[in-house]
Parts: sequence; C-alpha cells; structure tokens
Amino acid sequence: MSELIFEKSRGGRRAFAQAPVDAGATSIPEQLLREDKPRLPEASELQTVRHFTRLSQKNFSIDTQFYPLGSCTMKYNPRACNALALLPEFAGRHPLAPVSHGQGFLSCMYELQEMLKHVTGMQGVSLTPMAGAQGELAGVAMIKAYHDARGHTERNEIIVPDAAHGTNPATATMCGCVVKEIPTGPDGDVDMAALEAVLGPNTAGIMLTNPSTLGVFERHIKDIADMVHDAGGLLYYDGANLNAILGKVRPGDMDFDVIHMNLHKTFSTPHGGGGPGSGAVGVNTRLLPYLPIPVVKKTEVDGAAVFDWAAEEDIPETIGRLSGFMGNAGVLLRAYVYMRMLGRDGMERVAEYATLNANYLMAKLRDAGFELAFPERRASHEFIVTLKHEAKEMHLTAMDVAKALLDRNFHAPTTYFPLLVPECLLIEPTETESKETLDNFVAAMIGIVKAAREDGVDYKEAPYKMPVRRLDDVKAARELDLRYDPE
Amino acid sequence: MPFIPHTEKDTREMLAAIGVDAIEDLFDEIPAELRIDHLHGVPEALNEMEVSRLMRERARRDGSPLCFIGAGAYEHHIPTAVWDLATRGEFYSAYTPYQAEASQGTLQTIYEYQTMITGLTGLDVSNASLYDGASGLAEAALMAVRANRRVKSGLVLLAPGVNPVYEHVAEAIAGSQGLTFEWLPMDAKSGNVAFEELPEGKEPVAVVMQQPTFPGTLEDVDRLTDWAHEQGAFAIGIANPMSLALLKAPGHWGEQGVDIACGEGQPLGVPLSSGGPYFGYMTCKQKHVRQMPGRIVGRTTDLDGNPGFALTLQAREQHIRRSKATSNICTNQGLMVTAATIYMSLLGFEGLASVARKSHANTTRLVDGLCTIDGIERLYDASYFHEVALKFDRPVAPVLAAIAEKNILGGFDLTGGAGTDALLVCATETKTDADIDACIAAFAEEMA
Repeated sequence: MSELIFEKSRGGRRAFAQAPVDAGATSIPEQLLREDKPRLPEASELQTVRHFTRLSQKNFSIDTQFYPLGSCTMKYNPRACNALALLPEFAGRHPLAPVSHGQGFLSCMYELQEMLKHVTGMQGVSLTPMAGAQGELAGVAMIKAYHDARGHTERNEIIVPDAAHGTNPATATMCGCVVKEIPTGPDGDVDMAALEAVLGPNTAGIMLTNPSTLGVFERHIKDIADMVHDAGGLLYYDGANLNAILGKVRPGDMDFDVIHMNLHKTFSTPHGGGGPGSGAVGVNTRLLPYLPIPVVKKTEVDGAAVFDWAAEEDIPETIGRLSGFMGNAGVLLRAYVYMRMLGRDGMERVAEYATLNANYLMAKLRDAGFELAFPERRASHEFIVTLKHEAKEMHLTAMDVAKALLDRNFHAPTTYFPLLVPECLLIEPTETESKETLDNFVAAMIGIVKAAREDGVDYKEAPYKMPVRRLDDVKAARELDLRYDPE
Repeated sequence: MPFIPHTEKDTREMLAAIGVDAIEDLFDEIPAELRIDHLHGVPEALNEMEVSRLMRERARRDGSPLCFIGAGAYEHHIPTAVWDLATRGEFYSAYTPYQAEASQGTLQTIYEYQTMITGLTGLDVSNASLYDGASGLAEAALMAVRANRRVKSGLVLLAPGVNPVYEHVAEAIAGSQGLTFEWLPMDAKSGNVAFEELPEGKEPVAVVMQQPTFPGTLEDVDRLTDWAHEQGAFAIGIANPMSLALLKAPGHWGEQGVDIACGEGQPLGVPLSSGGPYFGYMTCKQKHVRQMPGRIVGRTTDLDGNPGFALTLQAREQHIRRSKATSNICTNQGLMVTAATIYMSLLGFEGLASVARKSHANTTRLVDGLCTIDGIERLYDASYFHEVALKFDRPVAPVLAAIAEKNILGGFDLTGGAGTDALLVCATETKTDADIDACIAAFAEEMA
C-alpha cells in the first residue's frame, strides 16, 4: 500500500492557492460551532497530485488493460463525451436554474429521451434513475402502482430467474414484493413449466434480462410474455445486456412493459471505479401514467421549440421523485454525445461487433479445450466458461485463473456469477477490442492452464505482480479497520 | 466505424474461426418476427468535430449567469487538479473494485474518503457513498428501521427544516416498505422546529433534522437530538458537509450525537452540472455498521503481511444476500467520491473553513444589501450559515424573471413551500463584492 495521505500531512501545510482569503469571525452563535478539528490532510498541491496520480496507477482500467468483465460492458469511453459534458456552461449550470438558461441542456435531454425510445421500442422514457438498481426500483414501483390503481393490491409476487443479478430480488423486496425464483433449463432458457407453476392471481410481474446473464438469447420470450400477460402480470426488462441487441431487436417488440437501461454499459458513460451509473427507464403505454419525474417535455411557442420540465401536474399518478433534482445529468450528457457520434448505423454495429467478438473468443477458447457452459448456443455479447473439470482434476479454480490473469496484465472476467454455473467465468469482450487483444487473451488462458497441467504450477498465492498479494478478506471483515485512526 | 477497430480482414478471419458466413448469422437465435431492420428515428452519426460544434452551441445557449441559487446544490471553486486527477483513465474507466489486487488505487481512495467524512461528521464509520443526498435519506430511514428494532411503528418524523424534496424522494423509495413520514411543527418566527408543540407518545422509529435547514436557518440540533432519543427514536442528521468546517458535527449533537448522518456531498468538489452526478454520504455509529447499505472498504493484510484494501462486510449486499440484502444498491458514486477526496485533500480543514467563512460573509453582505430595499425583509430571525430566506411584499417569480434577463439568477423561489412570497438566496465564496452589489442593484431596480 502507498502511504496514506494523512501520513504525508504536516501541520500547517496546505494547497494555499485553493482557498479564499479568510473572512474572519462569523455571526454564528458559539454553541453551534464545532470545537474539534477533524482529521483532514495537510498537504501541498504537488503532494496531493503526486499521491492521487500514484494511487491511480495501482488500478486496472479500460484505458490500460483488457477488462472482459461479464455483464459490465467495459467498452472504451470516448474522451469527447467527457470533455463536452464538462463544458463550463454545462458543468456550471445550477439544477434549479430557470429553463430560460437551460434550453441547450434540456434539448439534449429531450433528444436523448427520444433516441432511447427508438432504440428500445418503448413509448415513454424518464432519465432520472441514478443507476441500474434505481431504474429497477422505479420499474417495479410502476408495476405495483399499475396493479394498485386497478385495486389489485394482492398482486405482490415478482418472478425472478435464478440466473438474475442480485439487484433484481433485492429490488423486489425494496418495493414490498415477495420474490418467486424460477430455475433455468439445461439449454439456458427459462424453465417454462416452472414459470407456469408460479404464475397466479398474486403475480405482479417478472424481471428478465435478455440476453440473459448466461449469455444467451431467451428464445421463448414471446411465449413468456403471453403467459405472464395472460396471468395479469407485467414484464420488466433488465437492460444490463442491451449492448448485445442494439438495433437488432427491441424490448418493446418483445412485449416488455417496462425496462431500465444501464447507460454506463451500453452507452459508454464512465464506470468511474464503481459509479456513477445511470439507469433511465422506459415504459409502454400501460405504465406511462406512472413514470418517475421529472421528464423533459417539448412545446412550441411561436413556432419555435421550447423545452421544459414535466412534473406532478403533467404526470399526476407518477411514482414520484427518485433524486434531489433530475438524476445524473452529467452522465446523461455523456450518453447523449456518445449516441450522436454513433448515429443509427453505429449503434447497429455495436451489437454486431460485440457479438462477433464474443463468439470469436468463445470459439477460440472452446478450440483450446475450455468447456463452455452452453456449447450448443450462440454467444450473445458474452458467454460462460466453466472450470469445473480443471477444479476437480488439478484444483485450478475460477478464482485462481482470475488472479493468474491479473499477473498477465488482463483484468479478470466476472467470476462465480451467475451462481448456477460451477467455477464459472463470465466473459464479455465488447466491440471496442481488437482481434489481437482477444488472441492475446486466449494465449494467456491457454498458458495458465498449461502451466498448471504440465508444470504443476498452482495459483493459490497469485497474483504476484500486483501492488499487493492476495488479500485476507476474512480479516477485513473480522477486524474492521474502516478509517485511519493512529491513536 | 466509430470506436470499432476491426478491419475487413479481421472480420473475415473471425467469422471463419466461428464457422459462419456473416455477422448476421450470429443473431439466428432471435425469433425472426421480433427482428427490426433499422433504427429509424435515430439521427445519422456526427464525427467528433461536428458533435463538438453542436454541444458548444448548445452550451452557449445556457450561458454562464451569475447564480445566487443554492437550495441543496452549491457553487464552489473546484481546484483544477480535482478533475484533472479524477478523469485520469485509471480512475475514470475502472469499475467496481471486485478484483482488489488490481484496484488498490480506488480502494485506498475510498478508505481515505471514509476517514475524512467520518472526521467531518464526527461519527465512526462511513460507506463508500450513495447516489445523492435525497436518496440517502431514504436509505438512512430504512437503515433506522433495521437497526432500531424495538420500535415497530415505521413512523419517521421530519423537522420542518428538512429539504421537502428529500421527503418526496424518501416517500417514493421507502414508502412501499411500511414507512410513513410526518412533519414536526414549525415556529413561524424562527423557521425552526417549535419545541413547545412537539408531539409526545408517537413512538417514532427515527427523527430527521437538517442543519443548516432547507430555508437556511440554524436549528437547535442539540435539543432536537436529545428529544429524538427521549422518544426512543434514532436521530438522523442531514448536514451540508461544507458547513461542518464551522458547525458542530452531527456525531456531537446533543448528549449522545446522532445515530446516522447523511447528506449531499456535492459541495465537496463536484460540479453543479444540472443536478448530478453528485454523491450522498452516510456515516453512523460503529454499532450500526452491519445495517449500513452500500459498499464499505476496509484495510487488511495480504499474504506477505503487507497492508492493503478490500471491499468488506459484503454479506450485507445484494450480490450475496439477494432478496435479503440491506438495499438493492450496487454502484456507489465512485468518481464523485474520488473528486471529493482530492478536493478535501487540497483544501484541508483550514481551507474548508475559509471557504465556509467566506461564503457566510458573502451571504451576509448580500442579505444586508437586499434588506435595505423596500419590500424585502428576512423571513425568519434564526442565525444562518450561507443561505437566507427573504420575505417579499409582492410575487417573486416576475422579479426573478426580470433580473434573469440581466443574466442574474437571483435565488430559489420559496413561495410554494413557505406559504408566502419568499426567496432563498445564497452567495458562496465564488462571488466577488462586485457580483453581490450587481445582484442587489438588479433587485433594487426591479422593486422600485
């Protein structure tokens, strides 16, 4: 570990250029003032710059490594998206500034809503959810509101496949619903008999990811939609894997009633070391009355377009507000710029080349002897390798391969998710990676297994070349050290 | 093809390796009747030069008005180094630090952030952040229900100074889990809670208070925290982190301090950016750490015994606990927390205090000037930090619209919430005396 910034601190040192001239005493009554001095760094500007530059160098990132983290869509984040979202007028605009001083920003948001409607086949979009999980919350809350408005308060069961992201069942719980988990069939599609069995008068809806987290397209989606709708339930689309189908097939055409989109995946806004995300939601006409607010509306004044906020008075049955203002506006601007740079043809190519890369990588790994979880299926934009044989024969686990990959300068794929495939690696290369990179990754995978098989190398203590060796997670949880406190 | 590196030769070789003739063949598992041909309705692509011109034109339409609005988001000077560093690709384009050995930069930054924000708020532990201040209150209320297990009412009482939007958001997020929110009475003179009229015997699970209050006043948070604890409730304190450079930390309010503090982290180096991305901070007493939502970073050791950082207490979270998790939250606001950590490192405590004192002084200058104008006076008599509510003798909206034409945003129209013609104004350290005087002159001209 690097020295903490606190350990570099010296009493009285500061980045003096960064603070205003002190204004002296205030009129605030004594008893409201703080007496203690909290531990904040005391460092010069250069020390601070050097400290955080060095820390950044301890990260893997898309800009520095191949990052095939399944289900996360770690594609290149174009520089222009960031620079243009941070233009001084956009970065400095107060969220409560009048619309007279926001027509530029609002026009981008309106057009973003429209483009997202087109690419998903939905009838309404709200940009306000601040992450995928919040989009899920909005979606399930709208499903609940729909049933409640019809007097069906008993409809509180949300069906979730066992392969789903953990956020799906957690969201259902947060919305006051009961989770009904259903199994996946051997071919990766939903077990239709199991679905039939859980549908009933208490069904509120089903949450599906398609292509699923198993990396395959759910072929029975039309039948599933009909069954759920016939039972009085609604369909929720988890947009985590939208990148795989952009311009090829739309959730709205699959009969989904509500969706969320992870703009930080499909539309390339930064992952930022774990956020900000952005989880815009789309709905069909059934759920339009319940959209979260605010949304941007367009009116005409003297023949000119004027953009304004639609709030309670326009959407009286709304599920309400989910953020202090309008969600992660700056992230939305980045997504807008990205979509304009792709255009309609570019968006279709996203799905094409993401799928090409995934199927190529899958074929190369299969040819090299790796076992695929669903060998009979096409990969969508991701696929699963299972190391169950390697684990049994030579105690080589998914965790070991993940750590060994780090030493070969590749970020690991997603490990141990989905939970139903043993010793799995969920691999998503994305469309922005070149063939050479994929070939190098295959060579690394082959090398790792070969060294284990032929030379008896075990990776239980890997990685060796990272800033730290394998960390003691048990100690981290048992002996909680959550802040620097030398006393 | 924007951002796609494949040459025609690459594509041919890759298709051959897969064993198909065309990329289109890879979509053959999608039922044909669902397929679309083309994304009609999405415009043609723009190259970087064209999109830059478009965005600059749109940015110009919004302009850079002189802004005296606060109301939950505050303009502060952000040192250039903050975003220069935060947008380094290694921070900007990394993901959640699940592979701890390859994410020590992000993890150590969060650990340092946790140290700073627990210090500022006077509490023991912090998470790695939530989405924003408003949604943070929803999570804090849900956390109070889990941790304050003796109380079954699900009733959360809100001091009148809590940001009304926070209440709307908490209602939308937590309302379906059996929580109800009720407002405590307000003393019309001070704008703060009316202690004489506080209800007894309601058995609230939590009492929420905000310092400074939404209309800018400073509340007797010591007394209110003690009252909350007398009722058997958790005390939840919302505080502007910038104000904590001057004001008593929530962990020290009253006899015992609040149980949970939360709030909007935006003032710490995050641009206004039309409302986001910001970040919500949350800190609490040590004994409640297992009920906290969101990611938490801990320091541990590696195989060689050297210190390092990892996500910890993950058994609370959705990817492990699924339907029984403390929250569905997955991401934190990592990039914003990185920026805030760098901001606090550059400013230090003394620097933050200078920003806070200068903002207080500028607001005083603005308010004193505005109150010399006929028809404008203070709405409440309580002391303030850097934001003040003013009562007008006429509707505020037309006045604001008129001075907006002079490129001055004069404040936030409080009329709906205050029940009288009122304006909320704020002048942070970013305003010069000339800026403030220009604002006062604009109001004077319009009110004459």
